[in-house]
Amino acid sequence: MRETFVDTVTTALDHDPRIAVVTADISRDAFTPARARHPHRVLNVGIREQAMVGVAGGLALTGLRPVVHSYTPFLVERPFEQIKLDLGHQDVGAVLVSIGASYDDPVWGRTHQAPGDVALLDTLPGWTVHVPGHPEEVAALLPGALAGEGRVYLRLSTRQNATAHPATGRFTLVREGSRGTVVAVGPTLDNVLAATEGQDVTVLYASTIRPFDHRGLRAAGHTDVVLVEPYLAGTSAHEVAIAFDDVAHRLRAIGVRRDREVRAYGTAEDHDVVHGLDVPGIARTVREFLR
Amino acid sequence: MTTTLDLATLFRRMTGDEKHEWAAASTLDILWVLYDRVLNISPDTVDHPDRDRFLLSKGHGPMAFYAVLAAKGFLDPAVLDGWTTFDSPLGQHPDRVLVPGAEIGSGSLGHGLGLGVGTALGLRAQNRTAPRVFVLVGDGELDEGSNHEAIALAGRLDVANLTAIAVDNGSASHGWPGGIARRFAVEGWHATTVDGRDHDALYTALTARHDGPNAVVATIREA
Repeated sequence: MRETFVDTVTTALDHDPRIAVVTADISRDAFTPARARHPHRVLNVGIREQAMVGVAGGLALTGLRPVVHSYTPFLVERPFEQIKLDLGHQDVGAVLVSIGASYDDPVWGRTHQAPGDVALLDTLPGWTVHVPGHPEEVAALLPGALAGEGRVYLRLSTRQNATAHPATGRFTLVREGSRGTVVAVGPTLDNVLAATEGQDVTVLYASTIRPFDHRGLRAAGHTDVVLVEPYLAGTSAHEVAIAFDDVAHRLRAIGVRRDREVRAYGTAEDHDVVHGLDVPGIARTVREFLR
Repeated sequence: MTTTLDLATLFRRMTGDEKHEWAAASTLDILWVLYDRVLNISPDTVDHPDRDRFLLSKGHGPMAFYAVLAAKGFLDPAVLDGWTTFDSPLGQHPDRVLVPGAEIGSGSLGHGLGLGVGTALGLRAQNRTAPRVFVLVGDGELDEGSNHEAIALAGRLDVANLTAIAVDNGSASHGWPGGIARRFAVEGWHATTVDGRDHDALYTALTARHDGPNAVVATIREA
């Protein structure tokens, strides 16, 4: 996904004079060819994340379209007040692109994990949040984000599904069943499909989670919902509540657990097990909840 | 021609007849010199891409800023009377979306310099060589680490169309031993320290030719 991101933005820099890139050393070298052609629009600020977002806000104030990129915690958490004030409060747009997701590389430990990123952005109005599950979805989602003017967060991961789905901004119906709906967000889809194999449930897929497709969830026809998100469990629970605000409904949310810090290294798959995001974990939850 | 006497009248539409506040406004002389003699901006050019930009980073205590904007025709003086009421565009911290002529919304300290570096770089990227960017910060505000990211970055990227004005009224709890100017100078800025009440000295420092970014430390020492 990162390669697709870099390629797409590098091409956009050649064709759209509004596009600018701001990095804080992460992925600096990936943009070296682009920087050689556009030295004033490809900016690396060093390891200065507050300046990274502040500079992006200033660029946007002059009419440019900044693309801001770093590892998830250093893009969203460390300069969060700059995101709130230098972008949102100034009423300017930007495209924030993270890599690392919740725990793509657990060997780096807690400092390099940011499962709260989407929940944090949810505290601010007006953000579009894309969680692609395949590089082709990055290629489909990014040009629209670059051409627009709003505030967009694109959450990249080294984890991906086997096949891409159309990135329409709406939920995609992947499988139909009668006992309830499972919503799979981004790279969780393959695990969800494997976990629900043989279970009589509907599976919806989302590569865009904000704005939330309330109508699409409603149209799936079930008020029993399992939400599977690759970041903090229940991040979209309030959106499900909005979708069903006039009918009784049931919700079970799977995602990165909120009750403890997982002080362990290993692989992303090891961490999936801890959070119940692995195939057996999702299968067990779906089986228990959608009887 | 508006005089500082008229400014005092405008100022008191917000503060009432409180002489101390008027006298204590550390930014008033600097703002007046900027809007009266330095900035290439007028109410007719607030959206012009080649206008000079003034970013009030130290958004606390904005009465002097509003008074100057009113004196220069950006604001209807009548709006000063209702300031901080629910429907007023004027709050205790300025909001660029609400205040004509305000380039940024500020209040939380340490945001203006990063925005100013970005604004200056954005103008450079678009080959707009005429506009200059001025950012006003306070000496207490400089405590925020974000300023030092921006100061270092502006020096390294040689952002020559940027001027930082640091109002030094001795409000930083732990002070700046050796002075504020050296914090900028060590990062490659042209830096001068002047009397923050001396209009001619301010004008000279604000318009001095500089190869890299420019810092003007405006010292305010009340009797």
